[in-house]
Amino acid sequence: MSLQVSDLKVYYRTLAGDVKALDGATFSIADKEIMGLAGESGCGKSTLGNSLIRLDGRMRYVGGSVNLDGNELPVWDNQGMNEFRFRDVSVIPQYAMSAMNPTRKIGTMTAELLESRGEKYREIKPELLRRIDLVGLDRDVLGRYPIELSGGMKQRMVMVISTLLDPSLLIADEITSALDVSTQRAVAETLVSFRDHGFVKSMIVITHDVSILYQTADTILIMYAGKLAEKAPTKTIIEGAMHPYTKMLISSLPEVGVRYANKKLSGIPGSPPSLLRPPVGCRFRARCPLAFDKCVEEPPFVKVARDHMAACWKVTGSDA
Amino acid sequence: MLSLNRVSKYYKVGTFGGKELAAVRDVSFDVDAGEVVSLIGESGSGKTTIGKMVLKLIDISRGSITCDGQDVTGLHGGAVKSYYRHVQGVFQDPFSSYNPIFKADRVLTMIRSEYFSDMARSEWNDKVDAALRAVTLDPGQVLNKYPHQLSGGQLQRLLVARALLLDLKILVADEIISMLDASTRIDVLNLLAELKGRGMGILFITHDLSLGNYISEKTVILRHGVIAEMGATDKVFGNPTHPYTKALISSVPQLHKKWADVDAEILARGGADTGTCLFHQAYPPTAPVTGKGAVKQDSSDLPPTLVKVEDDHYVGCFDLGAATCQVA
Repeated sequence: MSLQVSDLKVYYRTLAGDVKALDGATFSIADKEIMGLAGESGCGKSTLGNSLIRLDGRMRYVGGSVNLDGNELPVWDNQGMNEFRFRDVSVIPQYAMSAMNPTRKIGTMTAELLESRGEKYREIKPELLRRIDLVGLDRDVLGRYPIELSGGMKQRMVMVISTLLDPSLLIADEITSALDVSTQRAVAETLVSFRDHGFVKSMIVITHDVSILYQTADTILIMYAGKLAEKAPTKTIIEGAMHPYTKMLISSLPEVGVRYANKKLSGIPGSPPSLLRPPVGCRFRARCPLAFDKCVEEPPFVKVARDHMAACWKVTGSDA
Repeated sequence: MLSLNRVSKYYKVGTFGGKELAAVRDVSFDVDAGEVVSLIGESGSGKTTIGKMVLKLIDISRGSITCDGQDVTGLHGGAVKSYYRHVQGVFQDPFSSYNPIFKADRVLTMIRSEYFSDMARSEWNDKVDAALRAVTLDPGQVLNKYPHQLSGGQLQRLLVARALLLDLKILVADEIISMLDASTRIDVLNLLAELKGRGMGILFITHDLSLGNYISEKTVILRHGVIAEMGATDKVFGNPTHPYTKALISSVPQLHKKWADVDAEILARGGADTGTCLFHQAYPPTAPVTGKGAVKQDSSDLPPTLVKVEDDHYVGCFDLGAATCQVA
């Protein structure tokens, strides 16, 4: 068991009160597992990703624990996390295209970054060059400024830098969203190859695009309004989802080959609840066609089949 | 109805605008009534530029755009206003399309003061109600609200309703659903399909092939400002001929088919095309057309002519051997 998160709660502080963006997440990721994390905007998926590496000023740790390879991560302690960042937990941020220092050459920036972690740039450089070759970049990118690279090239460079110290857990936050289809594919495949080469042990890929996850992830975790809805192997989520939200989400996705004239898709009526004062019980209740009396109680996120977790009374049975 | 005839757009770049960059080159296609035409391209392919030219937000450098036989390129003053009565656009970001200081329904009121200033209030209210119902919005839920009180999908539909108040013939929808969530985007897409049933022509600009495939009758694939392939959607997607189209379609992430399987299929069909375009090899899209460092171009350097490969399916590629095909 590589990563074990239990009952993690992270709220946002606002003048109107706490926004319960991540309200009790319990899940685990195995070694060599690429877990996709999907959901609508504002469902807390980026909050979950960020809370595993760095809580920013607005975020408040409320409770829960994170265990990586047997070590407790002090996610509430910004200073204490420094020891783990980059070395054990690393991130490819959402806007990786603008993640690099524009005033430094890429090589210089990487050297400074490594030295800040007490590593010698000269010792790591051969490995760095090898990985630059691997992602299909020119070795002389190290002598260039970020502005000289295209979006896809910068993205790949950031991926190389983020994984340079072979972290145990890599968090990739919406890294393919701003890219063109052809670059998107290249970046997604590079991500999988990093896992296959053992540069990272396990990975969380955060995206709103489920079809990208179908291509890359081993398992998919679906979130809704700050809660976990369902986690299962990729194939199960796409073809045999149990949670009504997952089912509706998957069936609303247009694919190449699906035409309006032949098969009219439909969306999910309504919109997600406000997380400032979320409703009690199941948070999908108001939009769910299957909702019944029991749904005013909160459904537990439990095992419903082998490698398959879900939080829904209709799935677990109301007496569970 | 709307017809683009060899439209080109050159932007001036460099110091004192000494160089020209071709954003769109020699693009011709039609949008007919009751038809959705999707304009698909990657970033920098000029798809938004074409949309802006149709909406007369920027001038065109060469060629002409006609609407119902009337040349719109030279319209001025009042003529532009009556053109906008028939042609409207909706853009990508619903939140920046509204002024956050005013209520969202101000976009509707502005239409009234511009076009229907002599209409009675009750008649106008009925008109607004009908337009809102057409986009499946509940008037009570969206009127008298500020933009931040509404969801992205609601705002986007309100903009479509605004366009419907006019006697609309052509709607330019520029990436209107890319900022919406998966659960609501399909509703806006279905709405467009319903509008086409009312005889409206829609120019659907997108980078997402699966969305274009879902909704449109006709597809235009654009690459670096040049049409690579166009025709009936089922023909372009079912029998992609240009190497670029093939490459694009094979890299779309699909829900039930992995990339490896797609590649295997292509290999089984006789191997993949290299995807290099002779035209773009000779004239890199980033090279300026005039000025220092320009690639010299004369009349023989035009992009490949669109060649008819089958009924309602045209491909622009030198590799096709124009001699064997009937030139469009």
